[in-house]
Amino acid sequence: MWNYERRLQYPVNITRPNAKIAQIIISQYGGPDGEAAASFRYLSQRYSMPYRKVAGLLTDIGTEELAHLEMIAAIVRQLTKGLSAEELEAAGFAPYYVDHTAGIWPQAAGGIPFNACEFQSKGDAITDLFEDMAAEQKARTTYDNILRLVKDPEVCDPIRFLRQREIVHFQRFGEGLRMVQDELDSNNFYMCNPEFDPGCGNTDNQTR
Amino acid sequence: MMMNQMNQSQLMHWINMVSFAVVDITEYLDTHPKDEEALKYFRHYSELRRNALEAYAQQYGPLTIDTANPGTYWNWAMQPLPWEGGAC
Repeated sequence: MWNYERRLQYPVNITRPNAKIAQIIISQYGGPDGEAAASFRYLSQRYSMPYRKVAGLLTDIGTEELAHLEMIAAIVRQLTKGLSAEELEAAGFAPYYVDHTAGIWPQAAGGIPFNACEFQSKGDAITDLFEDMAAEQKARTTYDNILRLVKDPEVCDPIRFLRQREIVHFQRFGEGLRMVQDELDSNNFYMCNPEFDPGCGNTDNQTR
Repeated sequence: MMMNQMNQSQLMHWINMVSFAVVDITEYLDTHPKDEEALKYFRHYSELRRNALEAYAQQYGPLTIDTANPGTYWNWAMQPLPWEGGAC
């Protein structure tokens, strides 16, 4: 269950439309390391996560990623709003424009549509948490790449906020991984899958 | 500045700040559930957020459905949408 809050997590106020930048930034909407993949990844993985606290962490971070998805959409919207077909074409936006006009659609910068194959839900707590940590780093790298390409401070400001959140979430997932490993045999964390094999790991102690 | 002296954009900025503190400490507490200082921080900012959302709803209209208090029209639907940009 979710409730909507009628505000962005961090403000986006862009006064200079620029479809060239929009084409780059849309990758964090529907690209391989974008916010849609992030949110679906964590919100999908949580159902079979046997440790309640870690499932809760996946829920809270997956929820924040939805707010990031909305921020990216707001950036793309404000960068393309009010531009004419000629202006969009001059910025190299014609291939997007012909299919979506100035609507928001999840794709990577190169035009590849959003695809669930961009993330995993493997049904193994250790595998999934390593994927989550890698995902946060991949998104951080993408934001670094965006910051090298984009100079408009009104765009860079919210992008820097999002980049910082990738680092915090990497830290949190590392802590989540340690919480899972604390419940497993420290001589061999990989002996069994705590999400699947009966009796694997200590799943009784949910309140500790 | 006291909350009742803020204009709409200042109050929205304040809501964004205290709400961010709540989100960030929530995720920290998920992995540090016994950290007393963090629990105190959560209680502090959570209360500031509740009060600010309530104050905003009374003066400018609701940002959350729980602070919506419609009179003769459905003011929830009248609120600007956050991607529109502008002052707040």
